[in-house]
Amino acid sequence: MHQPIPHEEAASAVKLGRAIVVTSGKGGVGKTTTTANLGTALAQRGASVALVDADVGLRNLDIVLGLESRVKFHVLDVLEGKASLDDALVRDKHSETLVLLAAAQSREKDEVDTEQMRALIQSLRERYDYVLIDCPAGIELGFRNAVVGADEAIVVCTPEVSAVRDVDRVVGLLGNRFKPQLIINRLRPQLVKKGKMLSVEDVNAILRLPLLGVIADEPEIIITTNKGEPLALRREGETASAYHAIAARVAGEDVPAPAPEVKESFMEKLGTIFGGRRA
Amino acid sequence: MAGRRIVVTSGKGGVGKTTTTANLGAALAKRGLRVVLVDADIGLRNLDLVLGLEKRIVFDLVEVAEGRCQLRQALIKDKRFESLAILPAAQTRDKDAITESQFESIVAQAAEAADYVLIDCPAGIEAGFRNAVAGATEAIVVTTPEVSAIRDADRVVGKLNDRRLPMRLIVNRLRPEMVRTGDMLSVEDVCEILAIELLGIVPDDSEIIDTTNRGEPIVLDAAARLGVIYDKIARRLEGEMVPFTSFDAQGFFGKLFGSLKAG
Amino acid sequence: MIEWVKKMFGGPTSSSTAKERLRLVLMTDHLALAPDIIENMKRDLVDVISRYVEVDREHVEVNFEREDRALAMLANIPIVNVNRPSPPPEPAEPQVAHAVMAASGPPPQRRRRRKKPAQQNPAPAT
Repeated sequence: MHQPIPHEEAASAVKLGRAIVVTSGKGGVGKTTTTANLGTALAQRGASVALVDADVGLRNLDIVLGLESRVKFHVLDVLEGKASLDDALVRDKHSETLVLLAAAQSREKDEVDTEQMRALIQSLRERYDYVLIDCPAGIELGFRNAVVGADEAIVVCTPEVSAVRDVDRVVGLLGNRFKPQLIINRLRPQLVKKGKMLSVEDVNAILRLPLLGVIADEPEIIITTNKGEPLALRREGETASAYHAIAARVAGEDVPAPAPEVKESFMEKLGTIFGGRRA
Repeated sequence: MAGRRIVVTSGKGGVGKTTTTANLGAALAKRGLRVVLVDADIGLRNLDLVLGLEKRIVFDLVEVAEGRCQLRQALIKDKRFESLAILPAAQTRDKDAITESQFESIVAQAAEAADYVLIDCPAGIEAGFRNAVAGATEAIVVTTPEVSAIRDADRVVGKLNDRRLPMRLIVNRLRPEMVRTGDMLSVEDVCEILAIELLGIVPDDSEIIDTTNRGEPIVLDAAARLGVIYDKIARRLEGEMVPFTSFDAQGFFGKLFGSLKAG
Repeated sequence: MIEWVKKMFGGPTSSSTAKERLRLVLMTDHLALAPDIIENMKRDLVDVISRYVEVDREHVEVNFEREDRALAMLANIPIVNVNRPSPPPEPAEPQVAHAVMAASGPPPQRRRRRKKPAQQNPAPAT
């Protein structure tokens, strides 16, 4: 079930899906969460999506999607011929057109051959509209293997000095082959307002990348990861909407991107009335 | 007697290794101990930035390893403390630029004139991790109360067990209000799953973002809640029996106090 | 809002779900990291079963299956032979009698009976 892709060639040619690596350099900024939610959002729009966890040894894409009990084979099993791609691809619980290719948990990153990884991504591109590759932290072999099969890159950054610095390094390493787009994650508008956190403008003044989206810090993410149900499955809510907007933009739609504003929720207002903690 | 060599590790990135290394190191230094902090995250260095010392870097870890300078030339003294120095990582290289034994001998050398050498470990379990651990005789495992972080911490605990390194746990970014509503794993849950001794509990606090932006260890702010917490952790490392600040369910701390060990 | 309502009326919290999922995933992760433990388990299992029936050791399969809430070990052990059940051991009394009789002299009949089959059916040449 393939959606028409903007840059389609002659009907007889093989329509290659888009392979996008989600990277950051710094760990813990939201690569896996972004991959899971963006993938979900794209699948909810009807696209066929394959998510690839390239974090050998420390896999987490499976657990974020709630699929950890369904993984039978992983990337290395496929590369080593112990299992076919079909055996290894796990169908998502919630989105029909979404599949996961899990990383190996008990192996090391240097066991993955870069050329084989490239070929694997290529064969996924022949079958899916989108292949999203969840890149591990770092800039060594794990990073290189995640990037090798991709033709586009999304860099994820939090509004913190170390994250910005690491993204800057990664963008340099990605080189001219990519025109990476930026997602700023975990913004806390109230802190930005008080001058205690970098703003979107501050971050992008340094990075100078096209902005794909901005996502506010959202405690719900922790809850949805606890349950293994990506937030993008919801129709409402600021973060879910942000992911849907990002998916629309990735798909080529011209969707406006308002940055999250300082908003006091009803509960927060109640909290301050009764002497609760201010954020 | 040479100082203690402790690696601060986690597996998962972004859970607070660098913040912990910097602030725990500062807390120890504030107590009058001689502290050296080593940034083992070659290629993605951040310890210097977090302490506001990035403009003073002249030499780095890789240059020391390659013999292009002496260790004492590369160490940057933090002037805000009596005896706190950092050895920055290289930024334009990667983790394959140094071997385990090179790293170990540099750390051993640093430990000769220090009470504590804290090693800021990179994320992951590959060469960077192996290098960082090679230099250590003890470990602090940092995790947040989140599923992926705990899973990765478990992997790291397994690897540290293989090397028979004594280790203790810091649970970082706890949100007590979310624990109360059942939306976040409790410290008790985390300890039960990982089954290693607890060293410290650090609540989520937005102040740390601000101090990191400014390159200032939070212990320098007498009023800061987290400053007190890091000081407590420093005291526990020194062998003092310090009760854990009460964040969640009663009963847990009664049990904990009984199991606190010295050292 | 729905989440809050769900919590009010019972149902697992997300943290208890997380704890359960972590427990199971860590079990699976630990097993994956210890293939030698699985080999030992397999061998010990087959040794025990072999005390009762004859098995085809070459084709024993041991797998671990994950469900959402459980981890189970499934072993497929081909059985090639089940020996005819052996007679129960002789009751205690005749043996006591036999012992008494032995003191006064062995019962000749029993011995002869045992000898005959051996004479009538000589062992086949191998």
